[in-house]
Amino acid sequence: MITPDRQLWSKLVFDKLVEADVSLFSYIPDFGNTDIIKMAEEHNKTQAVLLTSEEEGIAICAGADLVGKRGVVCMQSSGVGNCPNFLSLIKGGKFPMLLIVTMRGDYGEENHWQYPMGQAVKPILEAMGILVIQVDREDELEHAIEASISAAFTAGEGVALVLSQKFLGAKAF
Amino acid sequence: MATIDRQVLLPKLIPNPDQYLMIAGLAGASKDAAGFTKDGANLFTMAGTMGASVSMGLGVALSEPKQPVISITGDGELIMGIGSLLTVASMSPDNLTIICIDNGMHAETGGQLGHTSRGTDLAIMAKGAGIASVMTIEAPEQIKNGTKFIIDAPGPRFLCARVNDGPPTPFKRDFNLSVRRQIFRTAYGAQNKVNV
Repeated sequence: MITPDRQLWSKLVFDKLVEADVSLFSYIPDFGNTDIIKMAEEHNKTQAVLLTSEEEGIAICAGADLVGKRGVVCMQSSGVGNCPNFLSLIKGGKFPMLLIVTMRGDYGEENHWQYPMGQAVKPILEAMGILVIQVDREDELEHAIEASISAAFTAGEGVALVLSQKFLGAKAF
Repeated sequence: MATIDRQVLLPKLIPNPDQYLMIAGLAGASKDAAGFTKDGANLFTMAGTMGASVSMGLGVALSEPKQPVISITGDGELIMGIGSLLTVASMSPDNLTIICIDNGMHAETGGQLGHTSRGTDLAIMAKGAGIASVMTIEAPEQIKNGTKFIIDAPGPRFLCARVNDGPPTPFKRDFNLSVRRQIFRTAYGAQNKVNV
């Protein structure tokens, strides 16, 4: 299977987010968010914020919202497991939230360790009231990122744009 | 031995609270903050999400770099989100001050002894995280030095205020976080800040 060019799709995602006035890109590094974060570091209207745990990003984006700014949290799927308690801010406080989750532990995964959390991503997010928008194919991405931005920043929902391993390609060992 | 009464700490430490945007972490820190500002519109307090207050303050500070911001936390809350000190240090926003009201216990849940009563020094941890300016106060006569520190020391600043085992400020604050979000945003004019 040919996987899409990461630099190209990352630029599409990044440009759409900048167009939507997203200024803070908080992240825990993952292979899948490497290019998005590099672009956020280089662009003059955005800041990349290296976290120590993904939940920090939820609170940082909520802080940005209090003063009318917009942020996203970029994380590998395993990091979703670090977030649920802080996601209370969405259901309870109606803070808009956009998570960009790059999957491990699904389609084609070779690493045993990744499956338990990978398979729990969707139920955990949904349990905390987060709308999951999943991308499996390259031709779905543009609409998916637009839909995620509308849901988060126009409608004020909590949204996770989940990029599956069918889309990203599975990590080779 | 810490001799500061936490109920007098914040009013003395922050004589002009209206000049700041403030975020307070759950339990005693939020009671003290809400009590001294009477649930001010420039204050967002928490009653959950333990460990989130420093990060939320960081989000405000990075978004509005010219606006002075204070995160008010307790030792228990800060320790749960201790990694946030590293994130603050890495981004190094000079408009952010963190005040930790350190009573060395989990007063909200019955006064169980915390890590700072067992040897942990949060000021040293903040220094080790890379925070630019760090200070500890533990006696009432040192509070004025803390006030000067918040105004003059290069940011980001971490002030550890060691307090006695007395109760937090008695004040019945508003727990409705969605209402409090709206009040904060409206008072700040947040709805006019997005450029799309």
